[in-house]
Amino acid sequence: MDSGSRKQFEVLVVGGGPAGIAAAVSAAEHGAQVGIVDDNLNLGGQIWRGDARYRVPESAAWEERLQRAGVTVLPGMRVFHQPGARMLLAERDGATRELSYGKLILATGARERFLAFPGWTLPDVMGAGGLQAMVKSGLPIRGKRVVVAGTGPLLLAVAAYLHKHGAEIPVICEQASWGRLAGFAAGLIGSPAKIAQALQLKRDLSEIPLSANSWPVAAHGSERVESVTVVRGGKLETITCDYLACGFHLVPNTELAILLGCTTRSGYVSVDENQQTSVADVYCAGEPTGIAGIDGSLVEGQIAGLSASGRAVEAKALLSERQKTRRFAARMERAFRLRQELKGLPDAETVICRCEDVRYSRLQQCGSWRAAKLHTRCGMGPCQGRVCGPATQFLFGWTPESVRPPIFPARVESLACIPGGAKPQT
Amino acid sequence: MPSEITIRINGVDVSVLQGTTVAVAMTASGDACRRSVSGEPRGALCGMGICFECRAVINGCPHVRSCQILCEPGMDVRTDG
Repeated sequence: MDSGSRKQFEVLVVGGGPAGIAAAVSAAEHGAQVGIVDDNLNLGGQIWRGDARYRVPESAAWEERLQRAGVTVLPGMRVFHQPGARMLLAERDGATRELSYGKLILATGARERFLAFPGWTLPDVMGAGGLQAMVKSGLPIRGKRVVVAGTGPLLLAVAAYLHKHGAEIPVICEQASWGRLAGFAAGLIGSPAKIAQALQLKRDLSEIPLSANSWPVAAHGSERVESVTVVRGGKLETITCDYLACGFHLVPNTELAILLGCTTRSGYVSVDENQQTSVADVYCAGEPTGIAGIDGSLVEGQIAGLSASGRAVEAKALLSERQKTRRFAARMERAFRLRQELKGLPDAETVICRCEDVRYSRLQQCGSWRAAKLHTRCGMGPCQGRVCGPATQFLFGWTPESVRPPIFPARVESLACIPGGAKPQT
Repeated sequence: MPSEITIRINGVDVSVLQGTTVAVAMTASGDACRRSVSGEPRGALCGMGICFECRAVINGCPHVRSCQILCEPGMDVRTDG
């Protein structure tokens, strides 16, 4: 490895979404020498993806501060291993980079939870956030018919976005009940910013029917999705569509934290009031500590950045704000809890693990995640269980065990850097 | 307005706007991104580099997550990797 492929930072931030940007800015504005690494081509994470092009004020202001504070930005770089103390290995353009740090802030965000139902593997059945990301990356959507389904506030935001860009949305199917949704909406009282957002969203969605107690039961098509059957108010209905945008709220990306030995609880990374994890000098902020949305990410990112740069007093001033975002996270979790009926969606032939084409009937014969891996190769493909893990957790109550390097498939040359020789994945 | 560029998907020229990812070019052109181990057609799912369903052979390099790669003029994309 030549010296150009080694970089050293006082504070290194992994993840360039709102939490990571806020963390990097807060640390760098107080004099720390900071680097921020992200596997996407641009910073902004999922929520601010493509916003630079549209000059969304909030993200633009943060990214401007990032530049002014002199943060080193390392995009398109994927962290896959920790070979030794205070050091990470990352890959960019097929080359391995070594990133050393004094303090590390994990801001690895969340991904959508996907649940299996017949036909969900057809092309053009995508995540709700997935389809939005594709449209932000150039997918023409004007005049396309998109059924939006699943659960969580993301569905509404995505539907509004797609509608604004010319898509026809015949329906949004939300699995939560009206009662749960109303309780969630009522919980917004006391946070005026959220009410303003909700009212704006309501205006944006005024032409789109929203069905509660509704969910997809099957997608149909041969080479791609052509229609979807949904349960709506207890009745089955088949709707033709060009895309099905379907996600069931979010699950945190905790693989790197677990690899580093950070303690987790109920699937989330445990942190103290400084966002410090159980591992010395490793902090965690945003969705991996609890799905709290952008406000939670921004406040936790700031606390982590301030704490990591020795500004504990300033960090403390943000604690009451953090309490609010944590309460919001708890309300979201209650409102969008998955209903038991969704466990009945897959039939015997439904693929659960998309990498290895492991079908539901085969997994029913297994008693644990480990047994499923051993006997069916479930979770052993390139996504390493990131998609089927949360699905099998819901279906069978399985919890994935330890994480092993590389946490993403890496090139053979990169794997040579792992002592003990992890096996390359294909 | 971004300019148009041409890439090749399985030997067929496809025009896209600059700034488009390869996964989007494949989806818009109507091709599946890949065949699964049992031969099913698959396309992009997560759009953010997690699921690997959009992986393709790009300029001869296999298993590339096409949702994280921007189209470049003359790029060669194959879905049979």
